[in-house]
Amino acid sequence: MLNPWLYIGIFLIVVFILPGVPVLISALIAPRKPNPIKNATYECGVETVGDTWVQFKVQYYVFALLFVIFDVESIFLFPWAVAYNQMNLFMALEGVLFILILTGGLAYIWKKGGLEWV
Amino acid sequence: MTVQVALFIALAAVAIVAAIGLLRAKNAVYAALCLVSNFGVVAVLYILLGAPFLAMVQITVYAGAIMVLFVFVIMLLGAEHLEHEDHLLLQGPLGWLLGLGLAGLVTFAAISANLSAPAELPAEVSANFGSPGSIGHLLLTEYVFPFEVISFLLLAAMVGAVVLTLVQREKKARRSLRNPQQS
Amino acid sequence: MNEVTVIIIDAAIKAAVMALVLLTGFAYMTYAERKVIAGIQVRRGPNRIGPLGLLQPAADGVKLFLKEDMMPTGADKLMFNLAPIITSIPALVIMAVIPVAPDWIVNGYTVRFVVADLNVGVLYLLAIGSIAVYGIVLAGWASDSKYSMMGGLRSTAQVISYELAFGLSMVGPMLLAQSMSLRDIVHAQEARGIWFMFLQPIGFLLFFITGLAELNRAPFDMPEAEQELTAGYFTEYSSMRFGMFFMAEYIKMIAVSGMVVTLYMGGYLGPFVNQFPPLGIAYFSAKVFFLLFTMIWIRGTLPRLRYDQLMSFGWKFALPVAMLNVLATAIVLVYVM
Repeated sequence: MLNPWLYIGIFLIVVFILPGVPVLISALIAPRKPNPIKNATYECGVETVGDTWVQFKVQYYVFALLFVIFDVESIFLFPWAVAYNQMNLFMALEGVLFILILTGGLAYIWKKGGLEWV
Repeated sequence: MTVQVALFIALAAVAIVAAIGLLRAKNAVYAALCLVSNFGVVAVLYILLGAPFLAMVQITVYAGAIMVLFVFVIMLLGAEHLEHEDHLLLQGPLGWLLGLGLAGLVTFAAISANLSAPAELPAEVSANFGSPGSIGHLLLTEYVFPFEVISFLLLAAMVGAVVLTLVQREKKARRSLRNPQQS
Repeated sequence: MNEVTVIIIDAAIKAAVMALVLLTGFAYMTYAERKVIAGIQVRRGPNRIGPLGLLQPAADGVKLFLKEDMMPTGADKLMFNLAPIITSIPALVIMAVIPVAPDWIVNGYTVRFVVADLNVGVLYLLAIGSIAVYGIVLAGWASDSKYSMMGGLRSTAQVISYELAFGLSMVGPMLLAQSMSLRDIVHAQEARGIWFMFLQPIGFLLFFITGLAELNRAPFDMPEAEQELTAGYFTEYSSMRFGMFFMAEYIKMIAVSGMVVTLYMGGYLGPFVNQFPPLGIAYFSAKVFFLLFTMIWIRGTLPRLRYDQLMSFGWKFALPVAMLNVLATAIVLVYVM
């Protein structure tokens, strides 16, 4: 039971080394002559104006919020899908109802204009 | 058994360090990342307990969805740049006091409970314990009512999200009506 | 203890082989992409270094190693250094659960052509995929540059939006195979004698298209829209750190192709694969190459979407269609059973 996870763990360790080594080698052999102009933030050849932080659209936040909701939904559908053949009609329809309710929710958001990127 | 115990202690230590990092981090983004690593370690603990499904859900939903939302909000608000102001005069000492009390209680419980006594657990769980199929089956037989309630809970969350932004959008529309060039 | 040692050695060998294959794959993907795009645009592409330009990736690698590594003054040092590594790890780890050939019994010892066959394999793919966002968002944030920040946010919003349809279009194969283990899904396609892409055409197309969006590939390469965002979240990166982002992108392409092949195109299945299992590797690679070629082809053919079009495609088309597809599959299955 634990064995495949042991494999994943070892794989993870090997994989952690992999991206680190090239960066390290590069850090050792690459030239390093920083100066203030070279290290300035890129902005189309002019000096940066103001703070990095600018006001963002609230839509980013809305989509992140909706993402959490639908992500939870799809997670619930996963075990339902896997157990599908051990079910009777009633149980299968429970899952269908679950999807329908959330499709209704999506339709509601859509109608209210929550999915518009304006 | 001893390997598992050693692994548990190591992981628990990482989890605690991450949790303390979350509390002590000056920068909100670092705090969020500490929380993500804490979730990750807890997921590994679930795997050790033979609940890989739960572990994957933990990573997908908590580390992958909820924390992304948090990081997003931090960045959208520019919250990591905000000056730290200490309004909490009473809460600090009170927190320490209650925290120490809880630690004392847990220690007392740990000492008074006879840890060496064999717990009454099945020696061997069945092969498909915690497998996705059995979880799905349970979800739709014993826990079918909570399962359906969850769909309504999610529906309520959707309505909430819409209502929140609808107010925003109406304000914006009104503002752009007043001075059209700023939109 | 002996058994554990065997497992550790076995796992380390598999991990090393997998990593090497992926790295070589990445190097030659860059070459193939330039050659194919050149062909589409009636150019020659790289042809100076080595015969047919075949040593071009090596030259590029040396160049990346020798470039100066710059860090903008305002950058958050730790996160700036960590972001490329955080990006490349999920890309590599995701391949661990994908079977590339059936089990092969040699002298009583079973060789498994998969690093780990998890009973929650599909969910593992989703979990690792959802972690991959952090590299992007941190790179954008740590650079302290407007372009990076904007690119990082856009890219994150895009990836999470398409992750929903991506995840939901994995439900179809699971419904048909009754398992989350990727090996079982391949077996189910063998038992039914048909690839799931023919039983689930909508799911297949959605999975591939949303996969492209997850990869930030054309026509969904908004974060790298050079005309407006320079290079998006890795604008400020140079040298090998940039190389890491580059590598992650190409390895993710291979990983997503591997996922599509396993879930929808029969994985390693092909004629005589059960008689001589290593053949499975050839079939698997051939299918992956086909998908990779399609990805490059799409990049050479389709123009980039506008950001609002991209978001509405994800939310108003991909997500509802994925949900309805699951619904339809479930209802048809009830009828069949």
